[in-house]
Amino acid sequence: MSNEEESGRHGVQLVVTWLLVGIPLLWGVLQTLQNAWKLFE
Amino acid sequence: MTSNAPFLSRERIVAPMNYNRWLVPPAALCVHLCIGQAYAFSVFNLPMTKLIGISQSAPEDWTLTALGWIFSIAIVFLGLSAAFAGSWLDRVGPRKAMLLAASFFGGGFIISALGVWAHQLWVVYLGYGVLGGCGLGIGYISPVKTLITWFPDRPGMATGMAIMGFGGGAFIASPLSVFLMQHFSSATHVGVAETFVALGVIYFVFMSIGALIVRVPAPNWKPAGYVPPSQQKKLITDQVVHVDEALKTPQFYLLWWVLCLNVTAGIGVLGQASAMSQEMFQGRITPVAAAGFVGLLSLFNMLGRFFWASTSDIIGRKNTYYCFFLLGLVLYALVPTTAQMGSIGLFVACYAIILSMYGGGFATIPAYLRDIFGVQYVGAIHGRLLTAWSAAGVLGPVLVNYIRQYQIDHGVAKADAYTVTMYIMAGLLFIGFLCNLAVKAVHERHYLKLQNQPA
Repeated sequence: MSNEEESGRHGVQLVVTWLLVGIPLLWGVLQTLQNAWKLFE
Repeated sequence: MTSNAPFLSRERIVAPMNYNRWLVPPAALCVHLCIGQAYAFSVFNLPMTKLIGISQSAPEDWTLTALGWIFSIAIVFLGLSAAFAGSWLDRVGPRKAMLLAASFFGGGFIISALGVWAHQLWVVYLGYGVLGGCGLGIGYISPVKTLITWFPDRPGMATGMAIMGFGGGAFIASPLSVFLMQHFSSATHVGVAETFVALGVIYFVFMSIGALIVRVPAPNWKPAGYVPPSQQKKLITDQVVHVDEALKTPQFYLLWWVLCLNVTAGIGVLGQASAMSQEMFQGRITPVAAAGFVGLLSLFNMLGRFFWASTSDIIGRKNTYYCFFLLGLVLYALVPTTAQMGSIGLFVACYAIILSMYGGGFATIPAYLRDIFGVQYVGAIHGRLLTAWSAAGVLGPVLVNYIRQYQIDHGVAKADAYTVTMYIMAGLLFIGFLCNLAVKAVHERHYLKLQNQPA
């Protein structure tokens, strides 16, 4: 595999793995912020 | 990469020299986001008091006090397993450790489900408390050394990112658990056992993905353009201290107290945050708003892990802990004043910063240990140091609850019952400050002479 192909494959892996952990975390944070907002209402 | 090495071995996961190191933090986060569920275990407490009575507790149902032991046992086994498994983990590598953690943590949920189904509390203690606790401990320390070796230029940020996941795990676990319990519940059933099974499977799969994608750097690998400093700072060693030797140094015990005191102060108020906010601002903070306050504190607990650990790469670990202890001391002392002023905004701001430093303390300690004892045995040393967390997990809530009750029993109004507690917490932080002040470089007689261990 050439260096270019390998760095392209790493790029895709990078996006997929960060989305895998980022999406659930972001969902959880948004839920928490929604609840926290009640403190200032 | 040695392709014919056993699948779970360290040799099998050695990355090629051009591997993108930013692929490794998600592997660590896969594990930490799952085990961070521990912070949200309390969502099961109330439903588990109604397993027989369903709409309300029956006399045969479990009490909240008895259920409280599940979390306490888990935290004790977290500390014990991290202490005992640290050396093994350094030897076998992160993949095997992460998979073992996944099996313990996922399996702990399945056994707990059996305990709920059979209504045998000791089975739940064994499942979530003992097995789950071992999964927590092994999972917590499994990616730490790997991240430090991948990011020699920013070890604080790297470990901060993973440990931030532990703080963030509760955000996912809490709504997910509530959703699953609603999904599985019926007029005759609260749905806890099925939720435990579902969570056990989900967490096992997610943590296993982390084990599959984790990689260790090749020997002598360095980040592109990274030049190790030619002259080390006074508190950063390029030598190695063996884990057994580290236990003979005063630095280990000073750092144990640094972590324990920082955690004691934070964990005590985190556990009581909801009741405290309602009692200090009677009639102004409702139970719903108090739940939002706890969520906000958890958010700062999570963000502080990344922020302070990354900051420690710039200002140094010792200075970061000085910030925790001095700023924390001032803020704890200020809390009663904010309540007297009736300022909810100031009260929330004080606690948000305090909790960010509580999280920051957890996230900065691995890099502090690496600075003091070297990178070779940092996983094992970190594991032993986590017993401080277990101790603080008991000490913090006991201190806060006992002092509050003592005050109320002696005629102090509920709104003022936390004043003395806050001053005592400030005092604990002052002792922590002195411990941090006493941390010096390890004497050279403790350094390992032969450095022939695997990277």
